[in-house]
Amino acid sequence: MTTSLELIIAAIMVIALMLYALLAGADFGGGMWDLLAFGPRTRQQREAIADAIAPVWEANHVWLILVIVMLFTAFPRAFAMIMTALHIPITVVLVGIVLRGSAFVFRKYDAQDDATHRRWSLLFSISSFLTPLFLGITLGGLASGTIRVEHGVVTSGFFAGWTTPFAFACGLFAQGLFAFLAAAYMTVETNGDRLLQADFRWRALFSGLSLAPAAALVFGLARHGAPQIFAGLTDWWAPGLLIATSVAAVTALVALWFWRFQLARIAAAAQVMLILAGWALAQYPALLVPDITLQNSGAPEVTLRLLLNTLIVGALVLFPALGYLFVIFKRSSDAKPFIKT
Amino acid sequence: MNDFLFARSQMAMSLAFHIIFAALGVGMPLLMAISEGLYLRTGRPIYLDLSKRWAKGTAILFAVGAVSGTVLSFELGLLWPQFMEFAGPIIGMPFSLEGFAFFTEAIFLGIYLYGWGRISPFRHWLAGVLVALSGALSAVFVVTANAWMNAPTGFEIVNGQVVNVDPIAAMLNRASFHQVIHMTLAAYVATGFAVAAVHAYFVLKHKDSHFHRAALSIALIMACISIPLQLLSGDHSAKAVAELQPVKFAAMESLYQSETGAPLAVGGIANDKTMELQYALKIPYGLSFLAHGDPFAKVTGLAEFPRDEWPNTQVVHWAFDIMVGSGMVMLALALWAGWLWWRKRSLPDNRWLLRGLVAAGPLGFLAIETGWVVTEVGRQPWIIYGVLRTADAVTPMTGLVTPFVTFTLLYIFLSIVLVFLLRRQFLETAESGQSPKVGELKKLPEGH
Ligand code: HDD
Ligand code: HEM
Ligand code: HEM
Repeated sequence: MTTSLELIIAAIMVIALMLYALLAGADFGGGMWDLLAFGPRTRQQREAIADAIAPVWEANHVWLILVIVMLFTAFPRAFAMIMTALHIPITVVLVGIVLRGSAFVFRKYDAQDDATHRRWSLLFSISSFLTPLFLGITLGGLASGTIRVEHGVVTSGFFAGWTTPFAFACGLFAQGLFAFLAAAYMTVETNGDRLLQADFRWRALFSGLSLAPAAALVFGLARHGAPQIFAGLTDWWAPGLLIATSVAAVTALVALWFWRFQLARIAAAAQVMLILAGWALAQYPALLVPDITLQNSGAPEVTLRLLLNTLIVGALVLFPALGYLFVIFKRSSDAKPFIKT
Repeated sequence: MNDFLFARSQMAMSLAFHIIFAALGVGMPLLMAISEGLYLRTGRPIYLDLSKRWAKGTAILFAVGAVSGTVLSFELGLLWPQFMEFAGPIIGMPFSLEGFAFFTEAIFLGIYLYGWGRISPFRHWLAGVLVALSGALSAVFVVTANAWMNAPTGFEIVNGQVVNVDPIAAMLNRASFHQVIHMTLAAYVATGFAVAAVHAYFVLKHKDSHFHRAALSIALIMACISIPLQLLSGDHSAKAVAELQPVKFAAMESLYQSETGAPLAVGGIANDKTMELQYALKIPYGLSFLAHGDPFAKVTGLAEFPRDEWPNTQVVHWAFDIMVGSGMVMLALALWAGWLWWRKRSLPDNRWLLRGLVAAGPLGFLAIETGWVVTEVGRQPWIIYGVLRTADAVTPMTGLVTPFVTFTLLYIFLSIVLVFLLRRQFLETAESGQSPKVGELKKLPEGH
């Protein structure tokens, strides 16, 4: 009984993480394209990105908080060990989160002249690059298998796991993924302005294609950088998932090519979800490979059951409200929001 | 300083920073919703203008509140992993409830800030009301988690193992009630007085700016209603602390020896060596009355507790006095304003009162900061009162000076930018007080 409760909560955590990647990840990606904006419509590109992010980024950001809260409530030992062993990259993520969020609002309310605007933009977009890089590095560290815990104490120091080529490749991959998501979403957001849409179409195609070598790099480095994960990726479910992910990726690119942006957006989102699902399955049952697992770090059953009830009740409030938000701001002429109401 | 001190300082600094935005995040949406509600009722555009301008300031503050709060959720683990390993399953519940309150708050704030004209005015107002409600709720939940650190319940320790965990009992611990009431009211007091100060300043400069007079009256009503309630709730808190955490209470007053009919000591220098409070102003029987509602009751002194369980008496005592003193000054101003209003039945615009309000602007926040110092420093050396020592909960990580300095510099930078941006917003608001848009309003018949 207890074990299955732990599994359910872990599954919800993975879903919350997926939503964070799909929603907040795209907001980070938007920040990257702000820095990379060029061409005759530089200004319009930046404005379209800012308009798309502004009403939703704070709500999108709460998914991360939910993941953290669930982690320390349901898997307190895992939380304590992760926060100890990965103190450094997580601190960098936090600095990035603070700078990204505040620079974004400061820019909006401090846009007296172009120079000020540019300065805030620079801070906003640099932190939009930095944060996903270190998020990816942190996840890479979790998976590396070199962070060791004995008798509830981290014994591998503060640099194990995340200072490796594999972890760094994970960071680059996260950046690429978020940039791709953002560009794919922006093609829908800019509906009605074909030139602007074309700009984002090129960006989505370019970043989508560059994901293939990045994924290959992560996979190749995983053999030594995260052996358990690598072994996990040869399990029975792996080929199916790999095929599904590739189908989603190719669909997204083909749809972009043929200007079918609605489809491209859905396929891109599916691709990201499948990648994270694959990661979670390969790592299962470990939260911090190899010593901390769902079973040996779980909270008492009462806590898990109450948490699950809280999550269910919370979801009943959350999803209608979230749906309403997206209906108000993300309804465009030919597009229905991807969260249905 | 060693790593332990840096960890404590980083935690304290991050919390002290966050609480300002948290309090405004509870108070500002209520002001906005009241003003927009008045607009819906009276149709006077001045109220609409007002809620839009308040919303603009709130948008900046809210973003900083959200990111600094995120930092806190991580810091609990980054700095106090052993604490979270212990406390997570017990108090995770209020934190997860808080998470959903944040969601509601962030979602409806997005709708409120960017939804003008996209949804009906009534729905827009409703979104504002929901922001105000969920802001208050998130404060309630997180404060119950803190209260549990002061009055830990809902678990047992058998042979070093935590058993019989009961998260609901933990959430409804005996300190929750007084802390939740006192903190929620504190948010309204602090926001009310701070906003009143800003608009009082502009009323002093432009005596008949309808805009600032309307703003001032809404803020004043909030401030004047909440401050007397806050002092009552403070009195209740004091009684609860005297019962639940007698060491903290003794430190608040630097009372070394137990006394019957103990006097209330104001100020002074606490000397832990001679166990004396020197140079303090003493109000006879005050302390016994504050603690137990009986001027002759016995109050327990620090001497009855082992020396290594004393918090820093000097800090706790002074923090307590500053909080109470700020409260008294604000109460006096509120009574004065109420008296003037009662006599004239219109917005009090006595210049001396307005000057006093401007000067009192920061007092609510001063009281919040010092009140938290009473609670947190007064709990030392425990992170969970009587259960886990702070020193045993700190991360093994070394070199904590680096994150401490980084976050301190970061927050100083954000504070400077914020002051600058908000100042400019206020000045723009001041101009709009004279702009044709509001000028036109004057042509409208009163009460239109
Ligand atoms: C506007 C702010 C404000 C004002 C005017 C006051 N307080 Fe306060 N006080 C707070 C804001 C605050 C606070 C920051 O919100 C605290 C920190 C923790 C808490 O629950 O509330 C607090 C804590 C706090 C505590 C410690 C509670 C604990 O550790 O559990 C006591 C005993 C008092 N207060 C008592 C008073 C008294 C007797 C006051 C005036 C007569 C007073 N407060 C005015
Ligand atoms: C008395 C103490 C606290 C109060 C009253 C409080 C209240 C609030 C409020 C009202 C907000 C909404 C944002 C805003 O209005 O600016 C907020 C944001 C936040 N707080 Fe606090 N908070 C407190 C302490 C804490 C602590 C100790 C933590 C973490 C452990 C925390 C975590 C957060 C987080 C994660 C957010 C961001 C939510 C978002 O993204 O919208 N807070 N807090
Ligand atoms: C409600 C949410 C809060 C929670 C859960 C919380 C939790 C904590 C924790 C875990 C520590 C570190 C361990 C310790 O020193 O005991 C701490 C210390 C501290 N906190 Fe809080 N806190 C909260 C609100 C606040 C606020 C709003 C302030 C504002 C000033 C504050 C001020 C401090 C200070 C000054 C310390 C350092 C105490 C010392 O080490 O002497 N706390 N708090």
